[in-house]
Amino acid sequence: MTARFVLIRILAVLSVLFGVNYIVWRWLASVDWSAWWIAVPLVLAETYSLFDTLLFSLTMWRARDRPEPSSAPQGTVDVFITTYNEPLELVMATARAAQRIAHPHTTWILDDGARTDVEHAAREAGVGYLTRSDDWIGKPRHAKAGNLNNALFETDGEFLLILDADQVPDPLILHRTLGYFADDPDVALVQTPQWFSNVDDADPLGSQAPLFYGPIQQGKDGWNAAFFCGSNAVLRREALMQLGIVGYVRDVTQSTRKTLRVAESLIVREARITEDPDLRVELNSLGAEITRAQDAVAAGTPLAQATYELGHAVDGAAQRLLARDFAGIREDLEVIAQLPVERDAQLDLVVVDETRLDRLATARLSPLGAIEAVRQLLDALRIDRGEEAQPVLPLATISVTEDMATAMQLHALGWRSVYHHEILAHGLAPEDLRTMLTQRLRWAQGTLQVMLRDNPLVKKGLNAGQRLMYFATMWSYLSGFAALAYLAAPVIYLVFGVLPVTAWSVDFFARFLPAFLVNQLLFLVVGKGMKTWRGQQYSLALFPVWIQACWTAVANVAFGRPLNFAVTKKDGRDTRGVPWRRIWPQLAAMAALVIALVIGVVRVVAGAADDVGTLVNAVWVAYDLAVLSVIIEAARYRGPAVAATEGDS
Amino acid sequence: MNLTTNDHDGFSVISIEGRLVAAGAPQLRLAVNQLIEAGTVRVVVDLGRTEFIDSSGLGALIGGLKRARVAGGDLRIAAVPDAVRAVLRLTNLDRVLGEHSTPETAFDER
Repeated sequence: MTARFVLIRILAVLSVLFGVNYIVWRWLASVDWSAWWIAVPLVLAETYSLFDTLLFSLTMWRARDRPEPSSAPQGTVDVFITTYNEPLELVMATARAAQRIAHPHTTWILDDGARTDVEHAAREAGVGYLTRSDDWIGKPRHAKAGNLNNALFETDGEFLLILDADQVPDPLILHRTLGYFADDPDVALVQTPQWFSNVDDADPLGSQAPLFYGPIQQGKDGWNAAFFCGSNAVLRREALMQLGIVGYVRDVTQSTRKTLRVAESLIVREARITEDPDLRVELNSLGAEITRAQDAVAAGTPLAQATYELGHAVDGAAQRLLARDFAGIREDLEVIAQLPVERDAQLDLVVVDETRLDRLATARLSPLGAIEAVRQLLDALRIDRGEEAQPVLPLATISVTEDMATAMQLHALGWRSVYHHEILAHGLAPEDLRTMLTQRLRWAQGTLQVMLRDNPLVKKGLNAGQRLMYFATMWSYLSGFAALAYLAAPVIYLVFGVLPVTAWSVDFFARFLPAFLVNQLLFLVVGKGMKTWRGQQYSLALFPVWIQACWTAVANVAFGRPLNFAVTKKDGRDTRGVPWRRIWPQLAAMAALVIALVIGVVRVVAGAADDVGTLVNAVWVAYDLAVLSVIIEAARYRGPAVAATEGDS
Repeated sequence: MNLTTNDHDGFSVISIEGRLVAAGAPQLRLAVNQLIEAGTVRVVVDLGRTEFIDSSGLGALIGGLKRARVAGGDLRIAAVPDAVRAVLRLTNLDRVLGEHSTPETAFDER
């Protein structure tokens, strides 16, 4: 281990010790309960930050420079370039670079936009071209995960290099990464950094993520938890397909069990309420068949067999029911066909005809409930996952960030991952604030979706280190709420003189300063030679984005509200200008901080405020303003492409 | 991988010799599709001479099962060697696809 990593370990331990010492004192001895409405949020925010430090320290504990693979590059490879709406030239530049990759491979453009010009260009360049098959018509498309899943069944390379349309690969990208797979047959993923070539040193949008594509991924790698980040990664086909098969088995097992349960209760209910004795007999015998199938499945009969046998029984019953009640059903179907619900194209509203709806409600319908239950049952008994385009979906579809979800599922199955710390592809970052905000929102939403749907802390198959490494990333996206307290506390002190801490005393500084300074030192050593200030700024300055991500992710997972998934534009700027409506919270916060500072100074001059307290809070305000100022810089940024064209004209 | 199709009374048998992996998956898919388009919806995949199967091979079996079931038939596997059974167990697919001892008897029950 190098001296740097030893020093990181020492600082990590000290950070945690001093941090715990400070927070315990804060809770036990320094919360000003009379001003609980700000004191408690602040101490909660500080506790949140301590956990963040803890998880960061744990990540850094195993950070290391990984030794190069000892095996030579080997295996067949498909290179997938995923695109949806990027300009032709950008896609083709990446495709031509992909063709120049030295290790033998096949290059494919996965065009989710199904554009004819891309198809022609691909054919001309001798690059494979894939679009969604007809199976996807009318089925959930699952964005990029769906695009990749579709391509997996059209190709057969042992390994897959995944590239976003803007990520121009180095010719040696496969030479440098394939060896890991040969070294260890359990390796499923090798991720390399994402690095952006259209970003200057100032990087006002904070696109480069040197801390993440560096010490953080290296630390996660130490815990066998380096993630897949969607591009510039090589995956083992076998691992992905295995994930798909396991997912298929899980899904059809659960859905069949559930449908059997629901169908049974529906049919029992219909049998009870029907006044027709023949129908009751038929329904009762069907109910018995379903119970038998449930018992068989519970006893371990393979699902295909149990469902096939039940399918025959249901088929027979359904046919008898239909023949018997055909006349009645036809009448009902006619009523239903005239459902008094219409879509008004001009208003884009659903219009309901109330009187016709009443008539429908009072109409005597045939046992449609039973027939509907039987129909659903028949669908489920096919165990074909008919609601999806493909029965086998290797890449995870539970989140808009399919990459992290997929990596976590691979780890849960016992596969290993590698982070290879060498830039082997050059991409394009968003060049305007609006696009950047959309992208960050999507990452945050996706990560939180995974936390809510497939929480790593309780997920089977992960070890403790992996659980914490995944959780660390999720935890970091909850920082928006802490930011509110960090912004509000100094304003409230300066304006109203309300203290969230009992005193700005020696007791406070003796505990706060060591914790704060060691923590900053840890960051300094970890981020040595990197520009980490932008990342620090944005983790606080994007607080409205993080908060929005939290409530939209909860609304999506708990209440099924759509997320409005947005594909990030890769071709320069959005033309709509500064997104004022999305950055007003930061601007308002800055205004409040400045006004509070003025009021605080006036109060000291007037003798109404304590000077030490005001000084502490003034420094705090200055820090907050320095952090938030990045938003103004970002809003003014026009991107290198635009700057260059403006220079030409 | 070598693939041959034989018609029996009321069903057809697809025999797979060698390694059923990603490269062979399209061939199996095609064979199943051809049978179903020709009206044979009851299909047995005879794995008796299959040396090895990977997850892509299993994926092709599931794809075939879907085709057959949607067409109102079924796809069954028969004469499963130990090497193949191990992969079925590893992915839990044995909980979905039951195995039959010989291709000839796979459709005996129904």
